[in-house]
Amino acid sequence: MNTGLFITLLLFLSFLAPFTRRYLRGAAGWIYAILPLTGFIYYLGLLPAINDGMVILESYRWIDVYGINFSFYIDGFSILFSLIVLGIGTFILIYAGKYMQTYPMQGRFMAYLILFMASMQGVVVSGNLITMFVFWELTSISSYMLIGYYHEKPEARMAALQALLITGFGGLALLGGFILLGIPYGTYELSAILANPDLIKQSPLYLPALILILIGAFTKSAQFPFHFWLPGAMAAPSPVSAFLHSATMVKAGVFLLARLSPVMGGTELWHVLLTLFGGFTMVAGAWLSITQTDLKRILAYTTVSALGTLVLLIGTGTQYAMNAAIIFLLVHALYKGTLFLMAGNIEKVSGTRDINMLGGLYKSMPVAAIIMTLALVSMAGIPPMLGFIGKELIYESAVFAPTAKYLILIAAFFTNTVLVFLSLRLSLDVFWGDRPQYGKRPYEPYFALLVGPFLLMLGGLLLGLFPKILAEPLTASAITSISPGHDAVGLKLWHGINTALLLSIMTLIAGIMAYKYKVAFIAYSGGVNVRYFAREFAKGFASGMDAFLLYTKNQTKRIQHGYHRYYLMTVFAVASVLVWVMIWRTDPIVLELNFADMPLNLVAVLVLIVAAALSAVVSHSRVIALIAMGVIGFGITIIFIAYSGVDLAITMVMVEVLMVILAVAVLYHLPKYQKYSETGDRMRDGLVAALVGSFMMVLVLQAGTSQLGVPISDFFKETSYTEAFGRNIVNVILVDYRALDTLGEITVIAIAALGIFSMIKLTKKVKS
Amino acid sequence: MESVILQIAARHMRPLLIILSLVVLYRGHNEPGGGFIGGLMLGAAYILYAMAFGVAKTQNRFVFSPLNLTALGLLIAVVSGIPALFAGDTFMTGEWITLFADTVAELKLGTPLIFDVGVYLAVAGMLMLVMFSIMEE
Repeated sequence: MNTGLFITLLLFLSFLAPFTRRYLRGAAGWIYAILPLTGFIYYLGLLPAINDGMVILESYRWIDVYGINFSFYIDGFSILFSLIVLGIGTFILIYAGKYMQTYPMQGRFMAYLILFMASMQGVVVSGNLITMFVFWELTSISSYMLIGYYHEKPEARMAALQALLITGFGGLALLGGFILLGIPYGTYELSAILANPDLIKQSPLYLPALILILIGAFTKSAQFPFHFWLPGAMAAPSPVSAFLHSATMVKAGVFLLARLSPVMGGTELWHVLLTLFGGFTMVAGAWLSITQTDLKRILAYTTVSALGTLVLLIGTGTQYAMNAAIIFLLVHALYKGTLFLMAGNIEKVSGTRDINMLGGLYKSMPVAAIIMTLALVSMAGIPPMLGFIGKELIYESAVFAPTAKYLILIAAFFTNTVLVFLSLRLSLDVFWGDRPQYGKRPYEPYFALLVGPFLLMLGGLLLGLFPKILAEPLTASAITSISPGHDAVGLKLWHGINTALLLSIMTLIAGIMAYKYKVAFIAYSGGVNVRYFAREFAKGFASGMDAFLLYTKNQTKRIQHGYHRYYLMTVFAVASVLVWVMIWRTDPIVLELNFADMPLNLVAVLVLIVAAALSAVVSHSRVIALIAMGVIGFGITIIFIAYSGVDLAITMVMVEVLMVILAVAVLYHLPKYQKYSETGDRMRDGLVAALVGSFMMVLVLQAGTSQLGVPISDFFKETSYTEAFGRNIVNVILVDYRALDTLGEITVIAIAALGIFSMIKLTKKVKS
Repeated sequence: MESVILQIAARHMRPLLIILSLVVLYRGHNEPGGGFIGGLMLGAAYILYAMAFGVAKTQNRFVFSPLNLTALGLLIAVVSGIPALFAGDTFMTGEWITLFADTVAELKLGTPLIFDVGVYLAVAGMLMLVMFSIMEE
């Protein structure tokens, strides 16, 4: 197996899911999960070789001219991310198969979920910036579909659109940034760029490229001030929140920053921007989470905070910080995935997600309670979970941060205190304490709903217990591949008594104190009116969108006025003026009219055409004008035949006949001429018509005398039969040489036909 | 308007026109004709029929509605570009095979012919789609 095949298989599975779900029934989730599990094992098998320093490159041709290929670049960092995506993805599919069983359109849901998995996997193994961009956008699109899954709810649609617009905007910026980044290198291949990391920094394009790429990464990873889409995305079903909006997709921005940190990083600007935005997001996310009452929204804000932490660590860029980033990435994916899935379980069995309405659930669901509590232990950073090692490393890197160390230290301390506080709240207030009256009787969730959270939690526990044997091999090469100058520091649970440990203990105490006085703490936090500030962002965004829509509506009204005659007039006038300018500039106009060798019968036809044209202009009846137009058409057909353009003649006859039929069908519905146009209007129309007619005439006459290089028709004449096996050159051009143009044309006419069809059908419906 | 003359004419003209359109489509590669003209003829055959018998009765005669016919045509046209990818060429390169080589019945088949079939169906479909919508009014 290789990566290209694996992603193709995932996409294929996504395509099949809507058709097969019905037949697989309850087993669907388990069966779909086989594929990501296979991928997980495959990448795990590659790990030893990667740890020995191997990098796997895979490339498929795509657009050679621009150096754009479907390339895959697999090093330690890609592997770690692949394992997270596929490992969690496996459990998500199993979970979703059960969780969504009672919902409609489950097949489609599964399809989106697998589509997302394929695109996310594509992002993390991309070896070409453009490949990465394509997969990046695919994750945004599948995220849109998944957030809007409950499409009958307006708030879900709103949240989905909001997420799509923000990440789409970021994606556009990212594309610009990638192109700028590629210019000095002359290629988009990641391997070439990573091999020569300093080239971009010496280029004047560094600043714009950096800003654009940061916009892309910050929007995707919900950094302040784009953070608000993530809590909104909680409108999605729980498996989606666990998978996309905590463990994987939102980390794509972090992934990108880490991936490019050897290239774009190391400068003052990078350092300042990332530290500033990351640090602020970290604190703001934690602060905003205090007052939330919805389980999923609490988790969403802590996710925002965690993403800020990761950006901050990458911005710090020291050895400790890079180590902390990778470990924390893994820690967070493990515990947050578990917590979101458990939040879904709690809602399922108790009917509510409001933390104030929950309590005493331990008696009904002891296994779930233990799993969730252990995951919360990891979130709080208490040994022996891996979360403890992660938090120690964060403190360690804050202590050794080159600049603003006290500020970072305070921010990290505050954030971790909130995490301890929330861990206590999410465990004690949900599973113990007073048991309120539930809408339905809570019960232990099904096996399929517990196996994923359990194994993810177990992963965090085992990695924490055996950091040397398990966690180090998993992360060591990831760390060296994103920070080539640095080694992985040894991981252990017990570091001896040092500053980090003291800070940990203080954090714990502060968190417990905050929980003890939680009513006052929450009230205080709410009193600072953070909720107001959080809501303003989403509201400001919405009103900005509304204003933009209004603006475009007014613009459209002006340009798309709906009068067909003025559209035509605009097209004709612009086209003929442009062609006239061209004719004027290129060659002196030579009008050689030679009627000498023209047979008399054709002269008669010409006279007929002219007469018909005149009568069409002066006639007072539509029918007569139409017939006159028909005469012109058939006259031209005769001329085509006379000059042996049989193809054109046949087409012309067909078109003329159909035009008449069409016109008759339409005429039937039109009223009589109500009033005739004014003289001024007629003068204007006549001017436009004369302009068009004269440019056509001059163009045709000039075509004989102008020499514009070798005519391409010679090429067609020579190769039409030898290479394309057809003697009818016109047709060979249409279906072979210029097949793509023809495809475009039939697509356009099909769309036009659809437009006419729906227009007529819809107006009919409105009328009746 | 019900016209017996038109109805009888349409009934007999329809199969003839369909066959003619197929002939035009097939011979298009070497002699005047092709998918576009063929498509117009196919469309015309059914429009004539619809003028004689009404749109509703005509649509009962279809396996594919005009809408689906258009979509099918587009699909065929796009799919015809794919074999080239497997041959290592760029999308939409014409690929040919020769059947019964060096015999009387030598037959050259290629993806451009499939593409032309797509054009044929799409053009006919869109023509009928538009005409029937307007005629039904």
